[in-house]
Amino acid sequence: MSEKKTKRRDFLFTATTAVGAVGAAAVVWPMIDQMNPDASVKALASTEVDVSSLTPGNTLTVLWRGKPVFIRRRTQEEIDEARSVKMEDLIHPEKDEDRAKNPEWLVMLGVCTHLGCVPLNDKGDYNGWFCPCHGSHYDTSGRIRKGPAPWNMEVPKYEFVNANTIKIG
Amino acid sequence: MSDHDYKPKSKVGQWFNDRLPLLTLANHLTDYPTPKNLNYWWTFGGILTFCLITQIVTGLTLAMHYIAHADMAFESVEHIMRDVNYGWLIRYIHANGASMFFLAVYIHIFRSLFYGSYKSPREIIWILGIIIYLLMMAAAFMGYVLPWGQMSFWGATVITNLFSAIPLVGEGIVTWLWGGYSVDNPTLTRFFTLHYLIPFLILGLVVLHIWALHVPGNNNPVGIDIKKPSKDTVPFHPYIVIKDGFALLMFMIVFAFFVFYAPNILGHADNYIEANPMVTPAHIVPEWYLLPFYAILRSVPDKLLGVVAMLSAILILAVLPWLDTSKIRSAVFRPLYKQFYWILVADVLILGYVGAMPAEGLYLLIARVATAYYFLHFLVILPVLGFKEKTLPVPLSITEPVLGGSPNLATARNKESKIE
Repeated sequence: MSEKKTKRRDFLFTATTAVGAVGAAAVVWPMIDQMNPDASVKALASTEVDVSSLTPGNTLTVLWRGKPVFIRRRTQEEIDEARSVKMEDLIHPEKDEDRAKNPEWLVMLGVCTHLGCVPLNDKGDYNGWFCPCHGSHYDTSGRIRKGPAPWNMEVPKYEFVNANTIKIG
Repeated sequence: MSDHDYKPKSKVGQWFNDRLPLLTLANHLTDYPTPKNLNYWWTFGGILTFCLITQIVTGLTLAMHYIAHADMAFESVEHIMRDVNYGWLIRYIHANGASMFFLAVYIHIFRSLFYGSYKSPREIIWILGIIIYLLMMAAAFMGYVLPWGQMSFWGATVITNLFSAIPLVGEGIVTWLWGGYSVDNPTLTRFFTLHYLIPFLILGLVVLHIWALHVPGNNNPVGIDIKKPSKDTVPFHPYIVIKDGFALLMFMIVFAFFVFYAPNILGHADNYIEANPMVTPAHIVPEWYLLPFYAILRSVPDKLLGVVAMLSAILILAVLPWLDTSKIRSAVFRPLYKQFYWILVADVLILGYVGAMPAEGLYLLIARVATAYYFLHFLVILPVLGFKEKTLPVPLSITEPVLGGSPNLATARNKESKIE
């Protein structure tokens, strides 16, 4: 059997390939990362909304990060309905108490978790929202009850700056 | 083949050809031996080349006037329609050209399915074709986003959201595709860039597709291997050039009908409303050529599995040469396959129809049955059929059935004996 000895040429070959691969990867990453949200998009990360005009049983839709946010001032009936649901009946179990810290106010992204359409208000089998695209039904807490959507509508980070103003983001 | 012996007649030609053998290539293309029994279903390769060139030329001219910006795109398209000289014509050719392109490619694909053109030794031609088809869908989808109407915006939202079905990294991929937290200006500008790039990628793949075709040569309606050149072949020029040219003119009549008499019939009225991220149109429907796959997506009640089913429906075609176990190429000699072929055609048309309808009740049921059958055809029927089917005797040459008066040898022999 012929003994294989590492020669100068083998070393050069391996070293060149290794440096070349690392170099290529280092150049490829900026090319990929440039497509991620840029600084100006990230800068628009929060928005303040005046909700003083909103009466119970109505919804305000505002744009946040290019997506609609539903701000619903719920009636007592809606709150009771949302809080009486058993966890085992839910596709994505979440307590209404966790979704709406202040029971009167429900704040969530108005984006269907199936494929991103905007659900319609006061529609569907559960008196909440209904997505016209592929037929997902949400309840008065924005939780998915029927249809292809896998999750409840997302509750973003928000806080009451004062009694009349909500800061989203 | 006489390719390598080719010598240009003129001295200048010889001088040039010794340095860059372009004239040898031209000679190969004109003399290229073609089966003499090719029917009109074989003219769609030429028609598709025409479609690609048309899309590139009209696309380049539209890009001179279009503005890829979320605030201006919609208006710039209206500007093209109303102010730019012949802008309406160029845009209508481009928009309907996409539909004509898909019409031609579907005929081309189903031609291959009927005559077994995807089988050995033509697998690479077939796979290159499937890649071209995938790129066509990507280009068409991104092109549809550019006018920034309601269907553009929500179509882009729904299709990009398909990637969110991928576990763990899905949401990150969608944000990366969008360049933000929703479909917006960064999405539009990158879609424009890619929409501009893809046709040239397709052009490169078309060259490979034709190159790969010229190695074994064309399949033919009888589906047998033929000697080239022989009395079974005719030179590409002038025989096929004229035939392709005639078919192309017929095709252009259909094309012109849509452009001049029904330019918006294949589109959606909602796309003449500017994109609005706050309101989703009541009924989101993709363009007609994507409807069968859309129906498959919606027929599966699970988000991830729906996306997997839709992608599989396309990718399954790439492995078709290995799923079809029959040694006989042409359906002419496969009595059972011929019937299953037409059932598949009907199945795809039904999927297209229910894809345009709301996904509920009877439509949903039909979509589910049709989806199941689609996969059944490729995964069960085709592999089994290759072993079970009793095929008809195949002629030894093209000339034989032509002289006998029928492509089916048995019938031809029958006829001959009756004459005697």
